[in-house]
Amino acid sequence: MRYMLLIYNDEAAMANAPRVSTEQTLAAYGAYTEALKKSGAWLAGDRLRPTQAATSVRMANGKTNVLDGPYADTKEQLAGFYMIEATDIDTAIEWAARCPAASTGTVEVRPIWEMTEYLSEK
Amino acid sequence: MDSRPEIARAAAEAAARQSYGKLIAYLASRMRDVAGAEDALADAFAAALERWPQTGVPEKPEAWLLAVARRRRVDAIRRRLTSETGRDHLRLIAEEIEARMADEDLPDERLRLMFACAHPAIEAGVRAPLILQTILGFDAATIASAFLVSPATMGQRLVRAKSRIRETGIPFRVPERAEVGERLDAVLEAIYAAFAEGWADPDGTETRRRNLATEGIWLGRLVASLMPDEPEALGLLALMLFAEARRAARRNAAGDYVPLAEQELALWDGALIDEAETLLRRAATKGVVGRYQLEAAVQSAHTTRRLTGRTDWAAIRHLYDALSVIAASPVVSINRAVAIAEADGAAAGLSALDRLGDDKRLHDYQPYWAARAGLLARLGKTREAAAAYDRAIGLERDPAVRRFLQERRAGLAAEE
Repeated sequence: MRYMLLIYNDEAAMANAPRVSTEQTLAAYGAYTEALKKSGAWLAGDRLRPTQAATSVRMANGKTNVLDGPYADTKEQLAGFYMIEATDIDTAIEWAARCPAASTGTVEVRPIWEMTEYLSEK
Repeated sequence: MDSRPEIARAAAEAAARQSYGKLIAYLASRMRDVAGAEDALADAFAAALERWPQTGVPEKPEAWLLAVARRRRVDAIRRRLTSETGRDHLRLIAEEIEARMADEDLPDERLRLMFACAHPAIEAGVRAPLILQTILGFDAATIASAFLVSPATMGQRLVRAKSRIRETGIPFRVPERAEVGERLDAVLEAIYAAFAEGWADPDGTETRRRNLATEGIWLGRLVASLMPDEPEALGLLALMLFAEARRAARRNAAGDYVPLAEQELALWDGALIDEAETLLRRAATKGVVGRYQLEAAVQSAHTTRRLTGRTDWAAIRHLYDALSVIAASPVVSINRAVAIAEADGAAAGLSALDRLGDDKRLHDYQPYWAARAGLLARLGKTREAAAAYDRAIGLERDPAVRRFLQERRAGLAAEE
């Protein structure tokens, strides 16, 4: 099964972190990504710029409504993601627990809703 | 010819009663989908009732049901898919081949199914109910009454939990030792609930519930043998064996209810009690006390009446004190109040019950009103006792217990 690991962090805290700890975080993510790739579980993954760079778009009455800022104002913000291949939720949870974000914020694990399943369930 | 549909129906019902959980476990662990397994098996039972009257009951009804259920599942997937990817097609072919081989003895996957239902990704409160439904085929209403929840709420929770098993990809496997803890709790809770549900029907008048106590003990033995170092698994098995040992003593020759304190000791099964004592001692060597060991210890204290002629209520009260710390529940509180009444007098017991009065769940809970009625009667508060007996009688589904309560209530009137 394919799973998304959605990384949520308090971006203000991350921004204010001292340089040393930023370097450590970077190294931790590097090692983690490497481990994912070596095991064959890695499908995709990237870091997102903080929500100050976010733009939200809505269409209303035929007009495009562009707002600066994220869709939802929450305590922790979406900061990145991995897409992995795992045999089951237990394996996905194991990977999520190893992700550096599990210690600093929250990793939400969501199964990909594959098209074949979507068509047979909807 | 006329009896054929009845023979077919009886055979299908026997298969449902004896093998439901095994069939669901086998199907679900291969499909990784509990709801899908239930649907497929329901289809297979419907097909059996249609076909068996004409063709006769097959030699191996379970294998027949399984093969049909798997075939239905394959058909259903085919019908729903607009286009089959190569991987899916291969899986379907493999399933068909396996379906043809299903004549072999049915492997028992129930422990795997139980641990899938007990997975931490499933809402904690629904884990044990889910196990009961999948392993024993209980409907939502029966489960709801055992867990003091409304049937509608329970139904919704069960449906949601089953979708979660499929959607999140919960595996069907027995966890490693390190991750057993929380999951084992839910498995044991479900086994005990099954046993308790069966034990509540001592006459075996309700077919649906008749084998549940036996099933519960069987599952308890299975878990205890697979996890011989888990003290709570041993504790639960001991608890069930202590209770089972008194089964024959719970009714007199006329079929009337006999309360524990008045049971004939000769009717207790000494061999089961000894086995339970051994299990409980083995559990104690592991050095981790838990709910089931404490409850088994309460049963053990009751059975010492066999040797000493009296019940050690002070010890029982202490065990309930400990239980209300680690596993507080309305049932424990009521039993604790009863033990307090025996150790320190009816007034002390009643005031312990009074303190529970705010819990709304107890308003429809027979043991609360029966305990209350008994204590009020002992304190000479006849009118209040009669009202409490009425509540208890109205809530009791077992006719023998109802008769017992009615006699006690009639006894009150005579004193007035």
